Amino acid sequence: MPTNHALEFPGGYTRSVGPVIGRFLSELRDGKLVGVRAESGRVVFPPLEYDPANGHSVTDEFVEVGPGGVVESFAWVAEPLASHPLDRPFAWALIRPDGADTAILHALDVGELARGAEAPKRLRIGMRVRPDFLPATERIGDIADIRAFRPDVTMITAPSRLEYDIKPGRALDRFLEGVSEGRILGHRCPVCAKVIVPMKGLCPKDGVPTTEEVEVSHTGTVTTFAVNNLPDPRAPEVPFVSAYVLLDGSDIAMVALVSGIPADQVRMGMRVRAVWKPREEWGRTITNIRWFEPIDEPDVPFESIAEYM
Amino acid sequence: MKDIAIVAFTQSRHSAEENGLSETEMLLPLITGVKEQVGVSRFDFTCSGSNDYLLGAPFSFVSALDAVGAWPPISESHVEMDGAWALYEAWVKMQYADIETALVYGFGKPSQGSLREILARGYDPYYLAPLGIDAVSMAALQARAYLARSGAKEGDLTAIAARSRAAGRDNPFALSLDDPAADAPYDVAPLRVHDVAPEADGAAVVVLATGDKVAEISARTGLTPAWIRGIDHRADPHSPGVRDLSVSPSARLAGQKAGAAGVEVAELHVQYSHEELILREALDLGDDVVVNPSGGPLAANPMMAAGLIRIGEAAARIHRGENRRTLGHATSGPCLQQNLVAVLEA
Ligand SMILES: [Zn+2]
Repeated sequence: MPTNHALEFPGGYTRSVGPVIGRFLSELRDGKLVGVRAESGRVVFPPLEYDPANGHSVTDEFVEVGPGGVVESFAWVAEPLASHPLDRPFAWALIRPDGADTAILHALDVGELARGAEAPKRLRIGMRVRPDFLPATERIGDIADIRAFRPDVTMITAPSRLEYDIKPGRALDRFLEGVSEGRILGHRCPVCAKVIVPMKGLCPKDGVPTTEEVEVSHTGTVTTFAVNNLPDPRAPEVPFVSAYVLLDGSDIAMVALVSGIPADQVRMGMRVRAVWKPREEWGRTITNIRWFEPIDEPDVPFESIAEYM
Repeated sequence: MKDIAIVAFTQSRHSAEENGLSETEMLLPLITGVKEQVGVSRFDFTCSGSNDYLLGAPFSFVSALDAVGAWPPISESHVEMDGAWALYEAWVKMQYADIETALVYGFGKPSQGSLREILARGYDPYYLAPLGIDAVSMAALQARAYLARSGAKEGDLTAIAARSRAAGRDNPFALSLDDPAADAPYDVAPLRVHDVAPEADGAAVVVLATGDKVAEISARTGLTPAWIRGIDHRADPHSPGVRDLSVSPSARLAGQKAGAAGVEVAELHVQYSHEELILREALDLGDDVVVNPSGGPLAANPMMAAGLIRIGEAAARIHRGENRRTLGHATSGPCLQQNLVAVLEA
């Protein structure tokens, strides 16, 4: 039967730190990083009593380094141990502060991540970092006065919201009126006779005003499409498909979402029908049409949609 | 220089689980067996390697001496390191003292505590230990530095683990471990779980002899003596941040001083897959050199014995007449800080 046995020296061991390490720890408590200059001119950081390159004593000259520095190697801890300084994923890193010739080993905190997370891509050798000191009143002159290092700021997120009152213009206003009643309207061009949906009040091909209103079908043909892997608030999930849908009776394809079919089965020439939201959710907006879904009709041959690409 | 040979080697069947034996009980059958094998019951010198922190008891090696039989008083010493360094001490002692036989052993039972925390007790108490860093994290820093410098890929590390585990399955003393899984998780990235040597309880015993004793013992055992043609150990600075972790200057120097060139087989104390690549480079081992045919520590890592076992395995190949010139290597400290190389010949 195993017996529990603990080995502990109550209060821990008392150690003299000497003038070199003592200086480092004292400066650290003041929020500064200092290295010590070796005879060769190298700055040993964190300071040692001797130059590890040749064993000679170091000089009395202490040099402030960093606080910024560069990652020379790192190890990613996805599942921190109880003994580790952070309880979320972090890296151990060898960090050489600017002005130092050797590196310190410390924890590198790259932000809030769930346990088990993989290392973020931006974590790599050469990454710039700086120390995150504990508040001055909590520092005691211990290597852990640096809570961890953190990446330099290389990006910010700028606010991006502005509000507008948009006038759709007379033609589009009329189109939205139709949509709010469950109708899809277009204009026929008096010159080329093509039906333009949504109408703009002019024919972009001939440059003439258009006024003849035509209601077009809710069914159409996918002329071309794209598979999107970035989430979009309008789409139920990724990947989703955005497509050009040529409504029956119109001559300009409309951009719309396609759903109700796996993204990898959408094809050019596929027949689709508009799926409308429940009537009580309708407004003066094209989003009354939630998306298009396939209908059970044979695909349209490529030649008949070729000019609408 | 006196010619000194390894004339006997034995090891326990290493176990990944606590098997109920005390350290002394683990050693007793090995030492009794080796005494019988070589026909010597009193050795001129005894030296052991172990670590008190594995048991959490000061001078724990003293009680292990009961397995040797230390009365009437014997000439004895101990190193708080892998048994390979005990072998070095015995070799030095034999060089200058008038002794002909030495018993060397190493042992450890990491199953009784948290090895990662125990090994951290060896780290510098000002800059490293207070951080709570563990041995695997230290090794992973070195692995990253090596991969970045050499261009080697993580798959190269997995290949080493796979080869070591396959060899270990053929070694009755090693653990029986499956091939690395294709989706094996990281321990501390870039090291995956199979890149970290599995902790094991175990012990190993080596007998050194010189002078007339070599022929006398060899005649009894029927084994070819493995002559120590060179042995050397070196250390790099302790702080990982003051050296280039992607190389091992101390292993290179120890290899040169011990005369590593031209060996047929190398048993390397590889506790993490990437260490084999760093050591191969440092010891200048070509593709024709067979590395760790025993499986090495990646197939069983009995603490404080694994380094001595590397020398023992290298010697055993000569004992059995399988090779003429072999190399045994042991390491200690974080990130291959200290390295010992022994070159053996038939
Ligand atoms: Zn027109």
